[in-house]
Amino acid sequence: MLKRLRENKSSQGTLLITPTLVFMVGLLIIPLFLTLIISFGKRSADGNVIYTFGLHNYTRILGMNFECQNGQAVCFDPLYAQILWRSLTLAFNSTVLVILLAYPLAYFIARAHPKRRNTFLFMVLVPLWTNFVIRVYAWMMLLRTQGVINSVLGWLAGVVGIHFAPFEMLYTPGAVLVGMVYEFLPFMILPIFTSLEKIDNSLYEAAADLGANPIRTFLRVTLPLSMPGVVAGTILVFIPVMGTFIVSDLLGGKQVILIGNLIQRQFLDARDPTFGSAASLILMAMTLVVTFFYTRKFGFGEEIVAA
Amino acid sequence: MNPYKRSPLIKVATVLVYFFLYAPIIGLIVFAFNSSRTNVFFGGFINQWGPLQMEGSTVLQSPCGPFHWFCDLTKNQEVMSATRNTLTIAFISTISATVIGTMAALALQRYNFKLKAFSQISLYIPIVIPEIVMGIGILVLFSQVFTFLNSTLGLAGDSRLTLGLPTVVVSHIAFSVPFVTLVVQARLQGFDKSFEEAAMDLGANELVTFWRVTFPMILPGVLSGALLAFTLSLDDFVITFFTTGPGSTTLPIYVYGLLRRIITPQVNALSTIWVFVVVTIVFLLQRFQSQET
Repeated sequence: MLKRLRENKSSQGTLLITPTLVFMVGLLIIPLFLTLIISFGKRSADGNVIYTFGLHNYTRILGMNFECQNGQAVCFDPLYAQILWRSLTLAFNSTVLVILLAYPLAYFIARAHPKRRNTFLFMVLVPLWTNFVIRVYAWMMLLRTQGVINSVLGWLAGVVGIHFAPFEMLYTPGAVLVGMVYEFLPFMILPIFTSLEKIDNSLYEAAADLGANPIRTFLRVTLPLSMPGVVAGTILVFIPVMGTFIVSDLLGGKQVILIGNLIQRQFLDARDPTFGSAASLILMAMTLVVTFFYTRKFGFGEEIVAA
Repeated sequence: MNPYKRSPLIKVATVLVYFFLYAPIIGLIVFAFNSSRTNVFFGGFINQWGPLQMEGSTVLQSPCGPFHWFCDLTKNQEVMSATRNTLTIAFISTISATVIGTMAALALQRYNFKLKAFSQISLYIPIVIPEIVMGIGILVLFSQVFTFLNSTLGLAGDSRLTLGLPTVVVSHIAFSVPFVTLVVQARLQGFDKSFEEAAMDLGANELVTFWRVTFPMILPGVLSGALLAFTLSLDDFVITFFTTGPGSTTLPIYVYGLLRRIITPQVNALSTIWVFVVVTIVFLLQRFQSQET
């Protein structure tokens, strides 16, 4: 048996990959199938799952309500569709803002002297690896009505001598947007940096020699060559923004409910795992569709692994 | 032409973005030394050493001086047990994921077998689906399996299967393995098979070749994969949130629970320690990666 194994390269490979396959199938693929099966089911009175087959959870998310106030069998309730739309627009806005902030920084690091590049990268990695929850907490402290930003503004107003009423910033959609941008900014900086770093200096020199001004060089050389980084970064930012519930929970309060919050509540508070499963799969489908079309349009770089 | 020339506009933008990245973290650290217990505004540093003295909610004097909240932290039983859980989970899952992931990387890079394409694709799934979807999936799996087993085996009371440390550890291994595999695979791609073939030609068997040739070469990759897995585990909130049970609270879960109720400078002290631990790990990680090139 051992001898056969030693001679057979294929069984050696199979042996080495088996533990990984056990985890990937057991804790990823089977759970996804179970989620799918449950999403067709119904919730029992005690919060358990009754296995049936129906699309009621999906139609409910899209707006069909079966428990109407006015006695009708079915009525339209846009609540969940609004949550989906809000999540999509927030993810879109965050991604655009993140690109705008990340690009100059990535460009700066990529064109920095090679000796200093690692230090600048290190400075991007530290906020990235500081715990997610802790970073949300930092923004709670900054944005509170009696928080740091309002204190500083109040002090400035006092110096200048004008009246100052503190801004209500925490528990607003704006706070959630800032939190998302802050949380995921490093995920955009790293891939853009990776693709900018690859650009050969001779290309810039050639562009300059041929008479292109810096703006034209940027638009015709730098930007097109850094697109794989932007694409990879967009995927790395868009997907988690769609699914995160901590940022909206802690910075948005009850004002900003996203699909992540909806899913979390179905499993913990409202206790309808079947509806939560359906919402979770719709979230997955939405991110996969966006990722698919986006990568098909712009191509898919190795930058995503580099990050 | 100086290749490192950047326009002043870029420099200004860079400074502003770095400020945006660091201002919250610096604020967090400063408030860890706050003398005001309510932590709403900064009441100044605690600059008297000696037995604890308070006036209202302001700490005037502490045996630990400015580090009052750090000392206070060590007396918090919940924090201590959450720290223990976090480290236990991180160590077990890192060691397992590193071994499993390295094996997978070797298989994918050096061998041919059935299901090779499927294995490679399955490793990308955790990267392209939102974490909450994976968390929900694992929760559904465990709760359905546990409900089934509890009722068929007639388990009741304390012997019932519930979510806890084992479920968290297993889930952490699951999301760490792909990252370790991809990092080690990248390392293996970097050098060709001829080293191993030369060793074999000189009469070394496969085990000797692995330990004397392959392993030393991929060691930096394995170490950076392990550190990555360790940080991912320490940092994880979402997957842990859905797979944890009573008694297996980790630090991120504990902090999250706290933030919804009260905020004291204790949380800032905890965060400060965390930031320094992370700086150390990232520093080591960068060291290993620069050795690779």
